[in-house]
Amino acid sequence: MATETLKTDLTPNKAASLARQIAVQTRYELLLTLRRGENILITLIVPVLLLIFFTSLNIVPAVNGGAINFLLPGILALAIMAAGMVNLGIATAYERYYGVLKRLGSSPLPRSGLISAKVISILILEVVQVILLIGVAILFYHWQAAGSLWLTMLALALGTVAFAALGLAMAGALRAEVTLAGANALFLLFVLLGGGILPLNHLPAPLAAAAQLLPAAALTQLLQAGMTTGATFPTFALIVLIVWAVAALLVAMRTFQWE
Amino acid sequence: MSADTQTTTTKASAQPPTREDNDAEAIVVDGFSKIYGSQRVVDHLSFSVHRGEIFALLGPNGAGKTTTVETLEGYRAPDEGHVRVLGCDPIREGGALEARIGVMLQQDGLYPALTAREVLRLFAGYFARAQPVDELLARVGLSAAAKTRCRRLSGGQKRRLALAVALIGNPALVFMDEPTAGMDPQARLTTWEIIRDLKSRGVTILLTTHLMDEAERLADRVAIIDHGRLLALDTPAQLTGTQTANIVRFVAPAGLDCAQLAALASAQKAEEIRPGSYLIESEQIAALLAELTAWLRDQNITLSELRVGNGSLEDLFLRLTGTEVRD
Repeated sequence: MATETLKTDLTPNKAASLARQIAVQTRYELLLTLRRGENILITLIVPVLLLIFFTSLNIVPAVNGGAINFLLPGILALAIMAAGMVNLGIATAYERYYGVLKRLGSSPLPRSGLISAKVISILILEVVQVILLIGVAILFYHWQAAGSLWLTMLALALGTVAFAALGLAMAGALRAEVTLAGANALFLLFVLLGGGILPLNHLPAPLAAAAQLLPAAALTQLLQAGMTTGATFPTFALIVLIVWAVAALLVAMRTFQWE
Repeated sequence: MSADTQTTTTKASAQPPTREDNDAEAIVVDGFSKIYGSQRVVDHLSFSVHRGEIFALLGPNGAGKTTTVETLEGYRAPDEGHVRVLGCDPIREGGALEARIGVMLQQDGLYPALTAREVLRLFAGYFARAQPVDELLARVGLSAAAKTRCRRLSGGQKRRLALAVALIGNPALVFMDEPTAGMDPQARLTTWEIIRDLKSRGVTILLTTHLMDEAERLADRVAIIDHGRLLALDTPAQLTGTQTANIVRFVAPAGLDCAQLAALASAQKAEEIRPGSYLIESEQIAALLAELTAWLRDQNITLSELRVGNGSLEDLFLRLTGTEVRD
């Protein structure tokens, strides 16, 4: 081991500016996201494969002349769920398990700074997801934008809040292993009952009615309405998603633990 | 180097320290209690840590060491009494304090997917002024592991990286909860050297340990606590000095009859401080030794070790905290 002494500077140190702390933390949150192979799989690769696979099948309804117009909103919804619930939930649960969150608790990084960095890194991940999925849709399936950009953006924002809060609520209330299993199981459930791949009216009626109350179907319907010209405004889906977003946020704030 | 150079507030210059904000002390713990359910984990604990000293909290598992340190770090609030760290309330003024302290928790708290260097660069980003990352890695002996992900570091390497993380922000005060747990002897010596080096530059260190030699060789003052109460507080020399009074220690098979040992003509008191390790107090050591060896011959018992004189901190510790095993 080296024997040289360290530099000493006994004037009281200060925290870096909040902006700089958030910038550093965001960079490392993104690096960590990239390093988790299973994350890349479920947030980027799985949605693209689902889009390509189901577009090539003849079992999904064609909207405005193409299966892609039906599938793209549903797959975007799944991508949002993967980024928020699966990626953020599992990563946060393991950060708590490894004592990382506790260690950050006595660092100069304030909690608001950590949460801001996590939100920003998820938004950046979602931008990549949206570019990738829309890119595939345009390149391979000649998809053309339609509908309301504002409703689409509202749906994406609300979905991000709801599913990120759902992930954090699971990370706070459950052990890391249970969060890992639970988030993946919920994701599979949302693939099947979200209505983005299998139209809900193909399900048995009681199951379809129950699925309408899930946040997955609500986000999917909002995106479908937002990306289709002349769709009726999805008031019920909007209410369902808002209720889920508020409830998940409240649960996340109540259950969240740093240790 | 004077520790006073750390204080920038005007009241530190000439005025005598006030009761409320005693700038001469790095840490003040005053009547601090922590209660979980019906159990008092910490019970009216009071002590002060001077600026620039190495202060050890020594106690068995469950004595309240970690609860105390984590309260000083701002993780929990006292149920009774109050604590001050560098003149601040650790919770209400945590924001200002966190940039001036270094923290080494029992759990290392490292991102498994980041390399050692990346972890330090990340933490360096939280401070206005940080230590140069590669020099710090060299100081804790991790230069060769700079590009190793934390999940592949050994337990001792993780501990040393946690130490480096605690030092990255030029802290005036460093908390270390069992800093050398899991380290090999070389790493332990290097860590002690780093801690002494910090002290020589005016940094205050509060560490917890249940290693006697660590407390004895490193600390300026040692507080022995058990069941959340302060049992003794002094320099290691004074603590062991109070125990010098004519003691014979020997190691022999466990379970000897201490009543018989105490009944030796020159013996005042005899006890088995841990299985096979005995301690006899006497005013006449020479006579006691003759009586003891005669007794051992009559009982046909073989000694493996016999020492006359100072009790160690370990003896004091065991006598103060008892010998039963804790979880």
